[in-house]
Amino acid sequence: MEQGSWTVKRGLAQMLKGGVIMDVVTAEHARIAEEAGACAVMALERVPADIRSAGGVARMSDPQKIEEIKSAVTIPVMAKCRIGHFVEAQVLEALGVDYVDESEVLTPADESHHIYKHDFKVPFVCGCRDLGEALRRIAEGAAMIRTKGEAGSGNIVEAVRHMRTVQAEIRRIQGMPVDELMAEAKALGAPYELVLEVHKTGRLPVVNFAAGGIATPADAALMMQLGAEGVFVGSGIFKAHMDVVDEKERRELQKQRALAIVKATTHYKDPKIIAEVSKGLGEAMRGLELRDIPKEELLSVRGW
Amino acid sequence: MKVGVLALQGAFAEHLDALQRLGTEARPVRLPEQLDGLEGLIIPGGESTTISKLMVAYGLLDTLKAGSRNGLAIWGTCAGMILLATEVDDGDLPIMGLMDMRVRRNAFGRQLDSFEVDLSVAHLGPVPFHAVFIRAPVVERVGVGVEVLSQLEDGRVVAARQGRFLATAFHPELTNDLRFHNYFVQEVIGKG
Repeated sequence: MEQGSWTVKRGLAQMLKGGVIMDVVTAEHARIAEEAGACAVMALERVPADIRSAGGVARMSDPQKIEEIKSAVTIPVMAKCRIGHFVEAQVLEALGVDYVDESEVLTPADESHHIYKHDFKVPFVCGCRDLGEALRRIAEGAAMIRTKGEAGSGNIVEAVRHMRTVQAEIRRIQGMPVDELMAEAKALGAPYELVLEVHKTGRLPVVNFAAGGIATPADAALMMQLGAEGVFVGSGIFKAHMDVVDEKERRELQKQRALAIVKATTHYKDPKIIAEVSKGLGEAMRGLELRDIPKEELLSVRGW
Repeated sequence: MKVGVLALQGAFAEHLDALQRLGTEARPVRLPEQLDGLEGLIIPGGESTTISKLMVAYGLLDTLKAGSRNGLAIWGTCAGMILLATEVDDGDLPIMGLMDMRVRRNAFGRQLDSFEVDLSVAHLGPVPFHAVFIRAPVVERVGVGVEVLSQLEDGRVVAARQGRFLATAFHPELTNDLRFHNYFVQEVIGKG
């Protein structure tokens, strides 16, 4: 019997495909997410939109909060650690989370090195903006990839850019003659063996989700049609309907929005269903124009 | 012969790929009308709560209960096994209730307890079947009429069949061994 193997790590990501992974801060959020059909939840200290507005250093969640979230739901529980902060990752593994997200949404702990993820039995998901970044993370041991987008912006434009970039680079490598792949590996800054694998298979060696800026059912379906195998929704659910004062009513509206995003992700090729589930959802989270975010406050440029 | 794969959430692409490699015509199923003309259906691994919710929302749960009475063969892997059972430890989960067995979800624990192991499966011949268990369920009780196909060393049941219904707690779609897919197509659909 073998545990923590590459097949087992990658396998859980394969089971999450076609689903929606939702950011949650509290056990109550996690319950709403599970009731709405989330295939997993992501525990973090604050949702990205709040990290953005609060400023300061964003870290791993309080372990007690993670325990509360774990006992509130039966679906997989993921949690974020800072880029390069391998001790936060060790703590999350000790807590028994199902996946660790080494995430640019939190303040990086190491500006040169990401975590060496092969050392862990818990699987990791990492963000990327292009194919080279994806393959570097996979070489370090990431068993799942997500395009970064711009978390907490409520603006899908960066998620689209990153997904299109990854897909275009895969197609280009697939069409290249083998004798050009070494120079391409050098240009991408990616291991040759992984470039060769992409050339042969025409896809990433692990599951690839989309993240960062998904706020509506149509946003989720857009990312699926662009080639995502599932989506992460961060601030899009629990930062929507914040003007609704009544807590019960707000919970219901957030759950409806979450369920609509789940349905649109499954039926992403069926515009009639997307139209149906999008009716009467109320106002989505307030989005940010990317040009209005100061360069030093962009999250997607963290990591390399 | 046409086989569908329930494509609401989970590892449906891997099952479609395995069926195609066997030379079986396969298609994804997301809505009840897409079941028309199918002789068999695979319910893949994924999150049982998510799949169940989407099955209820689009009328698939009721249609499948009725379809199974018309002779549709169904194979559930992992989450699919949970949905086939008549009894699940979480009593609130809407299930199809087609196979007389009790199933416990996440029976081995969390992802850190997921594992790979070689199983002996008499119907597949003497070569062991390499099985991948991901946050897997286990069969705690089988009714009369349910045949146990495979057990772990400690005796826990991880594969079973009742007539035209097949259930595995593990994921044959994650390996290159097509013997379970072949068994479903040839034996369960073909001669079931």
